[in-house]
Amino acid sequence: MVELLYFIAFILVIAVVAQVLSVYGLVLVLKGGGSKDVVVTEGEGKWNGILYILYGIGFFGAYIWLYIDYKEFFLPVSASVHGMEIDKLLDFNFAMINIVFVILITLLFYYPVRYYFKKGRKALWYPENHKAEIVLTIIPSIAMIFVIVWGLKTWNSIFEEPAANAVKIELYARQFDWTARYAGEDNQLGDFNYRLIGGMNALGLKSDDPKVQDDVLVKGEFHLPVNRAVDFAFRSQEVIHSAYMPHFRAQMNCVPGMTTRFNFIPNKTTEEMRKITGNPEFDFILLCNKICGVAHYNMQMKIVVESEEDYAAWLVEQKTVKEQGIFADLESDKMTLPKTGLLAAGK
Amino acid sequence: MSDDHGHHKETFITKYVFSQDHKMISKQFLLTGIFMAVVGTVMAALFRMQLAWPGEGFAIVNFFLGDRWAPGGVISPDMYLGLVTIHGTIMVFWLLTAGLSGTFANLLIPLQIGARDMASGFLNMLSYWFFFLATLVLLSSLFVESGPASGGWTVYPPLSALPQAIPGSGLGMDLWLIAMSFFIVGALLGGLNYIVTVINLRTKGMTMMRLPLTVWALFLTAVLGVLSFPVLFAAALLLIFDRTFGTAFYLSDIYIGGEAVSATGGSPILYEHLFWFLGHPEVYIIILPALGIASEIISVNSRKPIFGYRAMVISLLAIAGLSFIVWGHHMFITGMNPFVGAVFTFTTLLIAIPSAVKVFNYLFTLWKGNLMLTPAMMFCIAMVSTFITGGLTGIILADNALDINIHDTYFVVAHFHIVMGLSAVLAMFGGVYHWFSKLYGRMMNKTWGYVHFWTTFICAYGVFFPQHFIGMAGVPRRYYSNTAFPMFDDFVDLNILITFFAIGGTLSQIIFLVNFFYSIYRGEKATQNPWKSNTLEWTTPVEHLHGNWPGKLPVVHRWAYDYSKPGYDEDFVVQTTPLKEGELDGGRSADH
Repeated sequence: MVELLYFIAFILVIAVVAQVLSVYGLVLVLKGGGSKDVVVTEGEGKWNGILYILYGIGFFGAYIWLYIDYKEFFLPVSASVHGMEIDKLLDFNFAMINIVFVILITLLFYYPVRYYFKKGRKALWYPENHKAEIVLTIIPSIAMIFVIVWGLKTWNSIFEEPAANAVKIELYARQFDWTARYAGEDNQLGDFNYRLIGGMNALGLKSDDPKVQDDVLVKGEFHLPVNRAVDFAFRSQEVIHSAYMPHFRAQMNCVPGMTTRFNFIPNKTTEEMRKITGNPEFDFILLCNKICGVAHYNMQMKIVVESEEDYAAWLVEQKTVKEQGIFADLESDKMTLPKTGLLAAGK
Repeated sequence: MSDDHGHHKETFITKYVFSQDHKMISKQFLLTGIFMAVVGTVMAALFRMQLAWPGEGFAIVNFFLGDRWAPGGVISPDMYLGLVTIHGTIMVFWLLTAGLSGTFANLLIPLQIGARDMASGFLNMLSYWFFFLATLVLLSSLFVESGPASGGWTVYPPLSALPQAIPGSGLGMDLWLIAMSFFIVGALLGGLNYIVTVINLRTKGMTMMRLPLTVWALFLTAVLGVLSFPVLFAAALLLIFDRTFGTAFYLSDIYIGGEAVSATGGSPILYEHLFWFLGHPEVYIIILPALGIASEIISVNSRKPIFGYRAMVISLLAIAGLSFIVWGHHMFITGMNPFVGAVFTFTTLLIAIPSAVKVFNYLFTLWKGNLMLTPAMMFCIAMVSTFITGGLTGIILADNALDINIHDTYFVVAHFHIVMGLSAVLAMFGGVYHWFSKLYGRMMNKTWGYVHFWTTFICAYGVFFPQHFIGMAGVPRRYYSNTAFPMFDDFVDLNILITFFAIGGTLSQIIFLVNFFYSIYRGEKATQNPWKSNTLEWTTPVEHLHGNWPGKLPVVHRWAYDYSKPGYDEDFVVQTTPLKEGELDGGRSADH
């Protein structure tokens, strides 16, 4: 329970601060100081200034500790082509803001101890300095323009049309699981209508659309070939979900009533990633990242990235819509439907 | 206001309950805000316990939530989401919109511009009572059978529209929408009043460019509110229609609970646009008053004029203007056109420029000052630090390409809690310590103010800074527990540490509450101008009176920031002091 120790230490710090301050106040009274004509005594100013310095040291120390201790748990190197571009941009951004962060926070936490109130000293009359103001407006402007241009170039490249040979997959979200639908032999996803949902036809696929029959439906885990573009379409059954694949730096909302899209090229297989992370149990994961109901926290699907051959072998083994017979009970529905009607006797 | 101020026959009801005096209404907002803050903070502490020790039972959790919502002391997933939702609603709207603006706009606008009261005392009173009604309705939603609204504070439909989707979208959601509607009416009545008052009731000599930055900030906040809250009102009404009358503004192609919903043809994204059209200005409705308060307190206690007053005003205007054209950065990955996303990234990153100007100007103001480190000043320096820390991570989130991967993770939670939540809360504490004597005629205890400050400041970063690191691992927000994913197990100990800080921070507010309420009755009696400040509120007598000033209204001759001005013995020059022969106003020096 190292955390409990932190907590006790924290309580002690409070107690010490309170004691020091009150003792200091008493000492001042005994010395005849601490008079009413000053708002804050020099002693109080000094102590609080020093505490700001200590706070700053603790603050930066904690930052470094967190970074060193938890860096290994950050998302590993991106497993997609565009993700590596995103990471470069992210690294640059972090470098930039860390420099600004350290400079500004250091100044801010240093000023109290440097300039705390002393009677008889007069503050510098310094209401403006146009030159400094202009410079300090231009510098962030240049930095922002640079970041904007770089960011937008990355963004635009991410949303370019995928290559023609892209794998077409529809990720279908509902409370609280995922279904992946592959386009099948004709490489075209069949049509759907939400009013057809029911029975085994959980995706509302149209039984009379010829493009539907060869589509492949999988649950639990889905596979991707490495180094080939994947063109994702996203749909949802009832509420907004978000398909988040952090290792690929990919995320897109699944919105009822519309189809959203995202495409990327995975460039590392699951096996390679296991070596990179040193974790033999590493798996890519798809998770829901938009609050969608009570079991939102456990709506996931495993992703396997593998060689083109392994992928092809895996896909062949998966059952198509036709093989799964998802329209079968639809047929029987039609048969049983008239039971209560006039034709019931005819059965 | 007639000349007989101070001679009203007042009953208990008209003085303390249905008061039309801005100072009393200010106190009403503050006390209601504090009460709601306690509720929201305790909620946060409760769900932090679930995140630190998922599935473990705690008697204290059971004490607050009972067997219905926490059997065996473990929060149910339903109630977890309910707590998250109501915590967000309370903190964003009740504490940091009504509590912050309601308190300080009411107190400071008339006092700092030299007005006897708000333009309409009656509307001002209504503003509070609509807010009060909203408070009652929101709190009552905690006690309904199916639980409070639980779709997150943004209440995106269809989750919030369909009771089948989540239990909280039943009666709890109806009450949430009704509460928000009352809230918005109150906010609009207040906001209109603040705007009219600032424009019309400034005393003689109080030009716009002589206004203290608090008034500028509160004025622009009111403008933002009046322009954006009606849009949320419309969004809420349409959601009520969808929920109750079978319309389909936000619903399309939905199959739930074993049947296809017949209402179809709308778009949930429409709601997101409407919501964030308010939602983003709302962020600035929260932060602008905080920046205004910090500007004033830092200048007074640095014994220096605020550096670059005109730049501060211009940057406030720029932030307020830009805040209306950036809402799409909350929606980069909703599937909206990538080009639109690019536009929103551009406009959003532009906000970094006026924000940076403000930070530089605070640092320039502190530089070579004579810093009176009062508790208020301590809180405001801390506020500048959180504005820096949180603002910088905003640069990352504003970038749509980067947002793809950290959207809705704990990185976002860390960012907005620091830049908006902490900044505003710290500034609000600063404001309460600074203007307490204007509210209650007494001073708060300074030593306990320091203790409260340091414990709060340590816990504040202790809670939110580590969350950046959790976010960098891709941990999503609003998860009941992270145990379903082995890759998130590495953060168990960090989550426990965060929860200890959260509990510590919650407990340290007891110091504040005791100090606050004790000082109302037993605090040291205040002098008229305890901080040696220039602004007009310190020219009023300590005892409150209707109409604020006995006799004539003060006449203003200079801006609010003549601190340590050469040529004066004292280090402050009250705004009512006439300019000397040849003296320049507004911080200008002779060579300009």
